[in-house]
Amino acid sequence: MIDDLQSLMHGFAVVLTLKNLGLMMLGVILGVIIGVLPGLGGANGVAILLPLTFSMAQTPGGQTSAIILLSCIYWGALFGGAITSILFNIPGEPWSVATTFDGYPLAQKGRAGAALTASFTSSFVGALIAVLVISFLAPVVANFALEFGPPEFFAVYLLTFCAFVGMSKESPFKTITAMMVGFALASVGTDPVTGTLRLTFGTTALLTGFDFLVAVIGLFGLGEILLTLEEGLAFKGASARIDLRVVLETWKELPRYWVTSLRSAGVGCFMGIVPGGATPASFMSYGVARRFSRNGDKFGTGVVEGVVAPETAAHAAGTSALLPMITLGVPGSPTAAVLLGGLLIWGLQPGPLLFVEQKDFVWGLIASMYLGNIAGLIVVLTCVPLFAAILRIPFSVIAPIIIVVCAIGAYTVDNTTFDVYMMVVFGVAGYMLKKLSYPLAPLVLAIVLGHNAEASFRQAMLVSQGDLTVFFANKLVGTLTGLALFLLFWPLVSWLIRRLR
Amino acid sequence: MSEERQTRPAFRYKTAELVMAGFFIALGLIVIYDSLRLGATWGENGPRPGYFPFYLGVLICLSSAVTFLRGLLIRPEKNGTFVEVAQLKLVMAVLVPTIVYVVLVGWLGIYVASALYVALFMRWLGKYPWWLVALVSIGNSVAFFLIFEVWFLVPLPKGPLEVMLGLA
Repeated sequence: MIDDLQSLMHGFAVVLTLKNLGLMMLGVILGVIIGVLPGLGGANGVAILLPLTFSMAQTPGGQTSAIILLSCIYWGALFGGAITSILFNIPGEPWSVATTFDGYPLAQKGRAGAALTASFTSSFVGALIAVLVISFLAPVVANFALEFGPPEFFAVYLLTFCAFVGMSKESPFKTITAMMVGFALASVGTDPVTGTLRLTFGTTALLTGFDFLVAVIGLFGLGEILLTLEEGLAFKGASARIDLRVVLETWKELPRYWVTSLRSAGVGCFMGIVPGGATPASFMSYGVARRFSRNGDKFGTGVVEGVVAPETAAHAAGTSALLPMITLGVPGSPTAAVLLGGLLIWGLQPGPLLFVEQKDFVWGLIASMYLGNIAGLIVVLTCVPLFAAILRIPFSVIAPIIIVVCAIGAYTVDNTTFDVYMMVVFGVAGYMLKKLSYPLAPLVLAIVLGHNAEASFRQAMLVSQGDLTVFFANKLVGTLTGLALFLLFWPLVSWLIRRLR
Repeated sequence: MSEERQTRPAFRYKTAELVMAGFFIALGLIVIYDSLRLGATWGENGPRPGYFPFYLGVLICLSSAVTFLRGLLIRPEKNGTFVEVAQLKLVMAVLVPTIVYVVLVGWLGIYVASALYVALFMRWLGKYPWWLVALVSIGNSVAFFLIFEVWFLVPLPKGPLEVMLGLA
């Protein structure tokens, strides 16, 4: 505990250099812009900017600077999503859909400033609680995970993916399809163990397989723009300015909802760590708050509490999604998956050893979470009108520019035009899948983790000579596998229970 | 009259659901086929390359088959609009130029193709005056050139124009 505090202080020392603070501000501002723009979000914004950090990560201490830049983009995007939800009734990010329920009515009542302040502040509180959880839980989890062998790691992967089946709102069969297609895409190219070519059908373009960054840019970028298009070409929104008086008045009101805040942060942290994700966390927390609140029946007509609940949970989930990423190498959200991909490209192996071998990096990242969220809160509170103005740029100008940015991002991943074509294919796929409510998060996570999951599965199988009972061999792996199977069959169980009633 | 035509569904949910599930079943079969070719059994040195993908293919087929059957059971009154004609037109208005754009990237390089692409959107969908179209589309490409080639030293695809200007 004391050791951790010391490491954390050391982390602050790493972050508090002029260069890293500058990158932090840059990241937050870019992130908010990305969060506000349709078609650009946390996951693909980070994916597009990832190639720009390749050369940065080569310098000493550069990996830490790179992760600070990228993670701050993520925090910024989390903040930015709320702006469009409240002012324009367009959720900039999927996790801010629940924020529109009360945020937009508040804006229509002329209380946009209060809604924005409440949303930013509760985002900050949610993130802060999640970072505290990470600071104290991550070293424990990492320490624990040092003992893990291939069967344990495969069980953790299994748990991650079964959690998607058990907890997503979508049809479990569609979740399984999306996930397996992701794994299949990951297995295209050279087999990591034997070097055999798989699923390439003689084409050279597929030798290296599908890069998940291209998939992310296509699915979440182009796909999202095509979806936005259906709503028409113009954005109509309320204008807002936040002055100090509104901020202080809202801050005076907020402590009243401390129970809602704490509960939402709890829901958020839980959902972030077990890869439920920020989006279900925000809905769940909104639902719970409505049921337990004294003025629950007023929810949806524009109450501040209805903004506090989803925003706190979304930010707590988005932040705590990094905990399994750095300790186990299993990301809790698509954006965390992209960050994990970044770590791999920079030559870092995410997982428990990170806490032993890369102390500067890990604690620098954790310290930057504290500071980045403070920076984010200040930036969004002071610059809302500026960011809202971005949305007034007509769609016929901003849409092609965003698509150009996506194309550049897809190209720079591997310097091939083939990836740009693939981006369009993934874009169309993303549009279709989203409309048919196939979940995209497990698909992306499967592409990222495919190689590792397969490798740990095959290693475990080699050790046991093909005996599947290795996944129940000891208490630890047995518990993980059992929990995974329980989550996998949860939709069936809950359906049966409903039937019996 | 024309109003009515615009909200007419281009496709209904059932069609889309069946097509997508059918596509996934085909994909699963391709994966199974290639895995069997590589050997999906237990070899001398442990699982052969097709071992893991084989089961992926099987799971894709099984889960999509369930989705397909459920799609067949969608009753007509619950079979809502998947996409309206007007919406589909808008989506196509963006998608088709985007496909042309990425093909052009290979020939003309990304800067020229991007300028043309932005210009098309602004002129055709936005109806902006030509001087503004030229300013934004060319300015955008120049800005990206400065950011990527000059500041971050990331080379992007270039075409005949850059060669002519001695930039490639």
